[in-house]
Amino acid sequence: MVTNQKNEINKSDIHEHNHPSVVTYFKVAIALILLTALEVVVFYFDWLGYGIIPVMAVLSIGKFSIVIMYYMHLKFDSKLFTYLFMAGLILAMVVIFWLMALFGWFN
Amino acid sequence: MSDETTTGLNNRKILMWVFLGSDCMFFASLIGTYLIYKGMGVPHPGPSDVFDIPTTSVSTFVLLMSSMSMVFAYAYLVRSNIKAFRIWMISTIIMGATFLGFQIFEFSEFYFHDDLSPQTNLFGTTFYALTGTHGIHVTVGVVWLGIIFYSSLFRNTVSSKTNLDLDLAALYWHFVDIVWIVIFAVVYLFGTFKGFPS
Repeated sequence: MVTNQKNEINKSDIHEHNHPSVVTYFKVAIALILLTALEVVVFYFDWLGYGIIPVMAVLSIGKFSIVIMYYMHLKFDSKLFTYLFMAGLILAMVVIFWLMALFGWFN
Repeated sequence: MSDETTTGLNNRKILMWVFLGSDCMFFASLIGTYLIYKGMGVPHPGPSDVFDIPTTSVSTFVLLMSSMSMVFAYAYLVRSNIKAFRIWMISTIIMGATFLGFQIFEFSEFYFHDDLSPQTNLFGTTFYALTGTHGIHVTVGVVWLGIIFYSSLFRNTVSSKTNLDLDLAALYWHFVDIVWIVIFAVVYLFGTFKGFPS
């Protein structure tokens, strides 16, 4: 049991040191800038109508995902952190859509 | 780095992730409330009357860049490069404070020039509640990072061996960033998009 625990500890230590390099962090920043710029450009395409909703959703989810995966290290850390955060995030999305449905937003 | 716990993971880090998950739900309730109420009651001033997308895009850019400098600060601390760590930390703090400056400017513009107060209409109430709560989160983050920076500079208590303290602060800071990513798209861009059929 104790050996297992120590193995786990060693694994988590390795994860800590497996974090991306500064170059990767910089590339992620460039991706974030480009996605934000794209959001602002798309914002001026009035002809998209309601089509802007899925476009913005994809761009925002993209930005959100790369921040939590690379900057918050979920891609490299223990899966338990991902489960804890995703549980909250999924509940949060349910809260938003449930509230909107409750108040007739989709009618 | 890690404590000898049953999960093999540091309890403080687990607690931080649980907190961030619960904070998602907190912001979800505020965003949901905003979406429901923004079009109800007194219609003007509404989102398209007050929002200035170019200005908010700049503040969004500043906050995104602060996330980058935060992660640089963490990377250099792990590599025991204290000088680079301090440079990126102070950059993060300055950018966080700049974002707050933009928000104060925006709020004062809305309040004094556009006559939008939390009492004006439901849009004002829910908008100030949502973005104000986010602003408070940013303020807490700036103070937190400021304390770590101060500790590094004058108490010499920050090192690669204590990087978990910075890791927790960084997680919080990035969370504030991802919440803003959602607010920027849902509140600002959708709020003023001219292509929606009226």
